[in-house]
Formats: sequence, structure tokens, C-alpha cells
Amino acid sequence: MTKEKFKKALDVIGLPRLIVCSFFFAIVITAAVSGIDVASYFSSTLKYWGMWAIIVLAMIPSIKCGIGPNFGVSLGIVCGLLGSLLAIELNIGASVDAVLPGFGPWAAILFAMVFAGVSSWFVGVGYGKILNLVKGSEMTVTTYIGYSAIYLMCIVWFRAPFRSGEIIWPVIGAGVRNSVSMESSFGSLFNDFLGFSIGGIYIPTGILLVMILACLCVHLYFRTKTGIAITAAGSNPTFARASGINVDKMRVKGIAISTMLGALGIVVYTQGFGYLQAYTAPLQMGFVCVASVLIGGATTTKASIAHVLIGTFIYQGLIIFTPPVSNHLLAGTDISDTMRQIIQNGVILYALTQTKGGSD
Amino acid sequence: MNNNTLEKKSLGASFKRFIFNNKVILLFVLLSIACIAISGSSVSYIAGEVISRFARNTCIVLALIIPCMAGLGMNFGIVVGAIAAQISIFWIVHWGFTGITGFLLCVLMSTPLAIFFGWLLGKLFNKTKGAEMIAGLVLGFFAAGLYRLFVLYIMGGVIPYNSPYLLDRGFGLRNAFDLTGNIKYAVDDISLLTTISVLAVLLFVSTVIVALHDKKQGNAIDTKKVLGKLVAAIVLLAVGLVGKSVPMLDQLFGQKRLITYDAVFFGSIIYLVYLALMLVLKRKEPKKLVASAVLAVVLLASCFVPAVKTVYLGTRIPAMAFALIAFFAAFNNWLVNTRLGQNMRTVGQSRAVATSAGIDVNKTRIIATCISTVLAAWGQLIFLQNLGTFNTVQQQDNVGLYAVAAILVGGANVQKATNKQAIIGVILFHTLFVVAPLAATKLVGDSAVSEYIRMFFSYGVIAVSLAMHAWKTSGKKKA
Repeated sequence: MTKEKFKKALDVIGLPRLIVCSFFFAIVITAAVSGIDVASYFSSTLKYWGMWAIIVLAMIPSIKCGIGPNFGVSLGIVCGLLGSLLAIELNIGASVDAVLPGFGPWAAILFAMVFAGVSSWFVGVGYGKILNLVKGSEMTVTTYIGYSAIYLMCIVWFRAPFRSGEIIWPVIGAGVRNSVSMESSFGSLFNDFLGFSIGGIYIPTGILLVMILACLCVHLYFRTKTGIAITAAGSNPTFARASGINVDKMRVKGIAISTMLGALGIVVYTQGFGYLQAYTAPLQMGFVCVASVLIGGATTTKASIAHVLIGTFIYQGLIIFTPPVSNHLLAGTDISDTMRQIIQNGVILYALTQTKGGSD
Repeated sequence: MNNNTLEKKSLGASFKRFIFNNKVILLFVLLSIACIAISGSSVSYIAGEVISRFARNTCIVLALIIPCMAGLGMNFGIVVGAIAAQISIFWIVHWGFTGITGFLLCVLMSTPLAIFFGWLLGKLFNKTKGAEMIAGLVLGFFAAGLYRLFVLYIMGGVIPYNSPYLLDRGFGLRNAFDLTGNIKYAVDDISLLTTISVLAVLLFVSTVIVALHDKKQGNAIDTKKVLGKLVAAIVLLAVGLVGKSVPMLDQLFGQKRLITYDAVFFGSIIYLVYLALMLVLKRKEPKKLVASAVLAVVLLASCFVPAVKTVYLGTRIPAMAFALIAFFAAFNNWLVNTRLGQNMRTVGQSRAVATSAGIDVNKTRIIATCISTVLAAWGQLIFLQNLGTFNTVQQQDNVGLYAVAAILVGGANVQKATNKQAIIGVILFHTLFVVAPLAATKLVGDSAVSEYIRMFFSYGVIAVSLAMHAWKTSGKKKA
């Protein structure tokens, strides 16, 4: 009886998820026992939690509208990067600061977000229309569209006609550097906003507020008429069509919102990271997001905001806590990247085997 | 008059259809030509590069054909085959084997590993029906993670491994694994004459085995055919052995690499003789021979065009590597006609039909995956012996990507891929691989951008091809 119950519970939680969670707790406990400064690592986990949450949140609309995890969130990411770069290029921070002292960074990030949001909406609509043509193979197609978008933009970044000295390659006088400092525009704006320390743990209030606000917006959006229609179109297309919902249109809306969240998310991420990394840095971000939401308890057909928050926290916690622990246990070796690769892809693989993709 | 316009129209229509059907190929041809023109580098250099890339990459691409036939789509999971090859190299080199012995031992060791990996991969594919391609891709990353764990921590850490390749910390391998002095060029350096002798022995042994098997089964034996094959094998062996002892022939065909000029010149002459024989013996219809004869004559004539002659003289062909490509292609062709191959085709066309015909669908799919993984492992061995040094941790990462992109460039799609498409695809894709950096360096002054262009094309080709395919099938479902 209890064995059956246990098996049932395991089925619900899923073996890999159980392994990842126990692994996470084991790592944290090991860290605490072996005298590693847990408080400071916990602080960075909180910070990265806030930075990643919005990009991971992009998985919600795409899963809800029936497309599945959006491996191609990179399309949104490049829009967000472009917005951030334009904010630096147009020197918005400094020019607003001259008029309204202290508001420069806020104006810069607002500009970046508005540009990212609007451009990614249009990109997302086009992307959604393509995905409507390839129903049934969305995951494969989104992955490759995402990858090719990143490399196409690599070609663009390489010689894009930027003028700002902070962006361009010093010798060539054009293009985008490998990493552009955000210090002069909006670096760490949210991270430092209203931040305080309790017992050695730094609470980045600003970024957590932004995270909660974003979750609230997504939550409320899916309470509106359109939001409910999107969910209906995803969970039961035939029924939705019968009740007069234009399924294809809802799918386009869902993926457009997903792309937009990806774009806004990378702006928030870049602000927290302090450097803008174009080129191939965002290549695996789609996989990270998918793995995060899956660790949190989502499947390829069902996801909630709680899954995003839990999953992102555990994933980022793992990434932040593994290096010091492995360094401590294995005498100066950093096994964390290998672990990340195995866990991230293992979780995605497991989710794929749980989806009944084929017709028989 | 009326008739004439009609003909013109149909000609135009068929021209349009030709363009449309081969749009990816044509795009790559145009791009390559443009890049060659921009780069301004010598055709000999480019041809030489393309020949060596063709020799080392084609076998892996040919590993994609069988799973495609079994309805598994593009097998991105061949990465695990490459991993099997690399693991076997670590040990064979560690044990001190070199040359062709070392290479054959690598083949011997990687085969069971690859079968095991392929079996696991097949199990996974059976659990993810309809999403095999994304599953294969993610599995590639996952397997690469496990492999990395093995190479960086377990080797030397858990499993004893004493070699100069070990990192100073006592476990984990160095970033680069050098094959110089052990199995570098183990296959490429085999001369044409040796290749012929080996083929002759193989032909002799296989004919005897097949005949004995047939006799045991009580099947009728075509004595004439068997004898013919045996005689052919003996003649080939004689050619191989006698050629070695005749200085002139040895000079021409006994060297490590074959000069392309000799290959084309003598090859087309021998082929013409063969065609003439066929004509005399009336084995084939004369009409069918014409096209082949014209091709052979054109090739022969091209040896006398000065510009082409320079290219021919400036490039060399690894005979054994080309023979292996032919062997892989022949294996694919042979398998299609066996019962197993027919079962695979049925499974690929419709799993429901296959089940009702009594075919074990899951088992057939697993076998197809195993074969593909083994071919990929051998292909990776051939690739690495030519490359001469490889990245211990990351070498396998792009194997699936480049192979799939190459075959798609050749005109294959998710449902149908042939040897011909694989070969054309490899030539086109790798021509662009060679010339794009040259052109980029000329244009932008930096070859870094060419890496992005390559990757963009690889991923872009796959994205477009998959999207086109999904679009067509979803359209069919609606109709």
C-alpha cells in the first residue's frame, strides 16, 4: 500500500526532478557543513533568481498556448540586446540625467524595455505565424530558429554601425564588443534599489520586486478574456474552436508574449549582470529556461508561475552553490559546468519522454 | 507555331520546377562561386581542401541514411557514435598500438560501445516517437555532459590511466589529443594497390562464405557467378601484388596518396574499357551506356585542359578513404534490399501498417539506430585519423549538426535521404566551409565572422528544411 503510494508520488514528482531537488539540498547542506560562506552564496542566488525569472517566465505563454517550451526565446533575447545597446548608443542615461538628475538610468532602462518590447512583439507575431505552419514539430523548429537567429545576429553585431565608444571595437570603430559594460547606463539599477542586508544575506529588493511585478502581470493577463482564450486554445484546440476561439490567432498571441517576455527578461538580466554579452552568450539560454521551468514542475503541456519561481530558484541555486562545494570536496576542481550540462539536458530529455508526442 | 510555344512553356515550367526542387543546392552553388570569386585564392588549393574534407566527412554523413529510412528523421544522436570512437581511441593509443593495427583495434573496440550506445538511443527514440529529432539533439548535449564527466574526472581519477595526456592534477585528460605517430593517416596512407589487394581478399572471402552458406541452406548456387567472382578476386589480387613489384606501376599507384590526375586519367580509361566490354558482351542496352560513356570521355578530355590539369596535378586522393566511402554507400544500398531494410522502410512509411504486417516496430527502430551509431563511430574514426589531433572534450559537439546540415544541403529531407544526396551535400557544404573564411577575410579583414556565417548556414539550413517539411506534412493532414 505504502509502496504503491510512494510509486504514485514518484510518478507525480518525476525521478529526475526528485534527483535534482535532493542534489540541490545535499549541496546546500554540504556547503553549510564544510564552512563555506552560505550567506553570500545565498545572496547571489537571490540576485540571479530575480535576474532569470522573467526570461523563464517566457515559457508560460508558449506552453499555455499549446506550442510547448519555447526553445527559440533567443529571438526575444536579441531584441532585448538591441534595445539595451540602443539605449547606450543614444546616450539616453546621460542626456536625461542632465535635465533630471538621478533619473538617467531609469530613463535608459525604460527606453531599452519599450524598444525591446515593441520590436519583439512584431518579431514574435511573425515567429508565431511560422509556428502555425509547423504544428506538431514546434520544439525542433523553435530550437533551430533560435540558434540561427543568434548566429545571424552575431554577423550583425560584428560590424553593426554603432558609434558609441562604449560599444564599438576600439581599433575598428564599429561593431559590438564581446562584453559591453552597463555601468554608464543602467547596470545594477534594480539590484541595488532598496537593497538591504539581514544577517549577512543581502536582499536585492528591487530585482525581487520586478520579478514579483512581472509574475503578477502574467498572472493577471491570463485572467483576462484573451488570456483565458489562449489557455483554452492550448489545452483543447478542438473545443476552443467550437466555442468560437480563433486558435491560430491565440497561438500567435501566446508566442508573441513569450518573445516579448524574453526581450524584457534579457534587459533585466543584463542590468543585473553588469555587462551586455552579445554573440554566442545567449545561445544556450533557451535550454536553461526550458530546464528551469521543467525542474520547477512544469511539463511540455502544463506550466504555472509557481513552477517558474521554484524551478529558477533551484536551477540558479545549483549553479551558484556547486562550484564552491566541488572546489572544497575535489580539491580545486570545478565540476559545476559539467554537472549543469548533465542536469539541464537530462531534465529536458525526461520531459520529452513523458510527452506523448507521436500519434500511437 | 502553337506547338512551339507550348513546348517552350513546358520547357520553362520544367526549368522552374528544376530550380524549385534544387533550390538549396543552387543557393549553395551560387554562394560558393561568389565566395571563390571574392577570395581570389587558387582553385588547386580549394580543390585539395575539399577533397580531403570530403574524404574525412562523408562516412559520418552516410550514417544518417538508415535511420531516415526507418522514419526516425535526421539522427542528431550520432554524437554518441562519435563519443564511442573517441573513447576507444583513448585506450588503444594508451596501450601503445599504432598505424593500421591501432586503427583496426579502435574499430573493434568502438563497435560494441557504439552498439550499446545505439541501443540506448533507440530506446529513447521509442519513448519519444514523433519528437526524435529534438530528443536526439538534447541527448547529444546530455551525452556530451556525461562524456565530459568521464574524460575530465573519471579517467585517471577512478579508472587508472597513466599517460602524458593526463593533466598535472592527476586526473582528467588534456584539452588536445595528438594522434601523430600513432593512428594519424592510418587509413589515408594506404595506397591504391594495397586497397585493391584488400578488396580482392574481402571479395574472395565473402564469396566463399556466401556460397557455403547457400549450400548449407540447400539453395541453388549460380556456379558461373561464384566462379566469376572468385576469378575476379584473384585477378584483382594479382594486379595489386604485381603492381607493387613493377616500379612504374608502384610509382603511379603504390604511393601513399594518389595524384588526382592519374586517378581521373586512368580511371576514365578503365571505365571506357569496361563500357566497351559491356557493349561487346551485350550485358547492358547500348542506350544506357551512352551517358556513362560521354561522362567518361568528358573526364578524360578534361585531363588535357591546361587549367584543369594543374588542379588535377596539384591535388591528391586518399584511395582507401574513398574506397571506404564507397563501401558505406554500398552497405546502405545493400541493406535496403534485405528483409530488414524492407521492414525499416515499412516502419518509416507507417508504423500502423508495419505493426499489422507483424513487424516489431520498436525493435526495427532500435536496430536502425544501432547501425547508424556504429557507422557514425567508424566515420568518426576515419575523420579523426585524417585530422590528426582532436579536442578531447568538445570534438563530438558539432558532428550531428554538420552531418545533418550537409545532407540537407544535398537535397535530402526528413523523410528521404539517399547516398547521392549525402555525397553532393558534403561536397557543397564543405566547399562553402573552405571558401567562406577566405572570402570573409578578404571582405571584412577578419575571419571570425566566417565562423558565424558557417554556423548560421548550418542552423539555418536545418531550420528551413525542418520547417518546410513540417509545413508540407501538416498541410497533408488537413487535406
